[in-house]
Amino acid sequence: MTTTPTTSPEAATPPPGSGPAAETTDKKVPRGHRRLLTRRDRLTLGLMAGLPTILHVALVWVTALASIALAFATWDGIGFDSIKWVGLQNFRELFTINPQFWPAVQHNIIWFAALILIPTPLGLFLAVQLDKQIRFSRVYQTAFFLPVVVSMAVIGFVWQLVYNPDTGLINSLIGANQPGHYIDWIGDPDLNLWAILIAASWRHAGYMMILYLAGLKSVDPSLREASALDGANEWQTFKSVIFPTLRPTNTVVLVVTIIEALRAFDLVFVFNKGAEGTELLSILVTNNIIGESSRIGYGSAIAVVLLVISLAVIIPYLIATFRKERQA
Amino acid sequence: MSTLADTTAATGAPKTRTPLRPARILLHLFLAGAALAWLAPLLWALYAALRPYGETSDKGYVSWPDKLNFDNFTNAFTQSDMTHYFVNTLIVAVPAVLLTLFLSSMVAFYVSRFDFRVNLFLLLVFTAGNLLPQQVIITPLYRLYLLIDIPGITMSGKLYDSALGLVLIHVAFQSGFCAFVLSNYMRSLPHELTEAALVDGASVWRLYWQIVLPLCKPAMAALATLLSIWIYNDFFWALVLISTGENMPITSALNNLSGQYFTDPNLVAAGALLTAIPTLIVYFALQRQFVSGLTLGANKG
Repeated sequence: MTTTPTTSPEAATPPPGSGPAAETTDKKVPRGHRRLLTRRDRLTLGLMAGLPTILHVALVWVTALASIALAFATWDGIGFDSIKWVGLQNFRELFTINPQFWPAVQHNIIWFAALILIPTPLGLFLAVQLDKQIRFSRVYQTAFFLPVVVSMAVIGFVWQLVYNPDTGLINSLIGANQPGHYIDWIGDPDLNLWAILIAASWRHAGYMMILYLAGLKSVDPSLREASALDGANEWQTFKSVIFPTLRPTNTVVLVVTIIEALRAFDLVFVFNKGAEGTELLSILVTNNIIGESSRIGYGSAIAVVLLVISLAVIIPYLIATFRKERQA
Repeated sequence: MSTLADTTAATGAPKTRTPLRPARILLHLFLAGAALAWLAPLLWALYAALRPYGETSDKGYVSWPDKLNFDNFTNAFTQSDMTHYFVNTLIVAVPAVLLTLFLSSMVAFYVSRFDFRVNLFLLLVFTAGNLLPQQVIITPLYRLYLLIDIPGITMSGKLYDSALGLVLIHVAFQSGFCAFVLSNYMRSLPHELTEAALVDGASVWRLYWQIVLPLCKPAMAALATLLSIWIYNDFFWALVLISTGENMPITSALNNLSGQYFTDPNLVAAGALLTAIPTLIVYFALQRQFVSGLTLGANKG
């Protein structure tokens, strides 16, 4: 992703003959080398693009389409002849009867809102501080980056040591590990989602910081100088000069955060397997496979909900991105 | 790709240091405090892991240590047969990283160096596929893996519960991201470079293998770092597509360990930290590649 399209080398130094001007003015000569290709070259190229495409499409897109198909069927998974087409029944059941579905949707929304409201501004704030060319900047950066490097599953185990009702850090510190005044961070349905979200935010802030740091590095230094000459203070400079130039980064951050919120799974699974209070769409789908009840059509219907929301974000974003790149 | 060059140049450049002013000292105090607080959960896990279980159960977890040692680490390592699971992870991660880079660089070469009509669409398909949540495709994938018989290669005789199955899904999924990044990178290489070689009669394969690929080394290095960390850290695919405990990679094996030893949090803490060590080593050794990779891949969820 071009987080900083303004400084892309293609835009800065267009290779002569392949710039947009050449493309539009002389349509007879193809931009690429198509006219020079032998038949063998074409075959090689076909294979080079074809084989990876077949693998990707078969395992990702065909299965996504199969999810859509199965959402309109019931199937116990044993033999193809037990597939029965039931129309919209799975969805009807999902929206009206399933007691876990709407809480899961709600939790996914909370997840997104929490990530965008707390760790994202925090990441931006840290990035701005670290961008001030200070000593030990690398050391601080590393400390904030570290959770991004570690597996979500491992993060789940580490935070359990913090939240454990009997032996955990928090309860031990505040004396809530005695019988009688027990705070069950993992088991209490009013608390557990927030407890997990703190762990998720801990990781997300580091990730956002990296993205914003990259964005800040591409801000033209002369903008800052001009702003300083005009007598703007640090906050004014940030608000009216720096932040507006971070627009491309902000778009990326928004898309990344929505997708993270839809993908959220590992942490919750390690914590309490998505039991009461922490249901998520991803967890409901997975429980249909690794749980005892294998209701394939039903699980697929949830997957389709997830697919539709994801595509509603992914497609406009990619179209906008690719259009911008074509113009560059 | 632009940001790669930007970040490495910016972090590598000598910094002009301003003299210490009170505001600076305050900033340092804040950052040092915040960094320490940030590491607190990991440090807490380390502290717990260094203490024997008996001591913590007598004195409580928040207490001064009588003795600190690595017994929990050695126990976690030997009792849970971690070497075995590390090897399982390697068997999946090494081929998956290499294959992903190989396949996605070919796609990137195709879409960035030639102007076929399908290029943009092809790239969209790859990139969008990588952004989907894994759960969208898991149910049919799971069924598909159970259907495909590959006798002799895997213990299960199927794609399900095999390292091969994991490699394939990692490659299929991650190649979307890599194809996108590499195609951007390749597009920034001058066109005459390959045009001249083509006029001289070089084959397309030679163009790719001897001219374009060597020039992509920086991007490939960044992607390789990122991919190894992502694939090593994978929890979900292995959780669903592997059923035998023996075949599990390290992260899902840790899940089993914690179920088995849930009464001894210190041991679980040691196991979790041991699991994280390889990623930390990769990160510290290749920090610059990792960070530049992440900003290359800002669209990655």
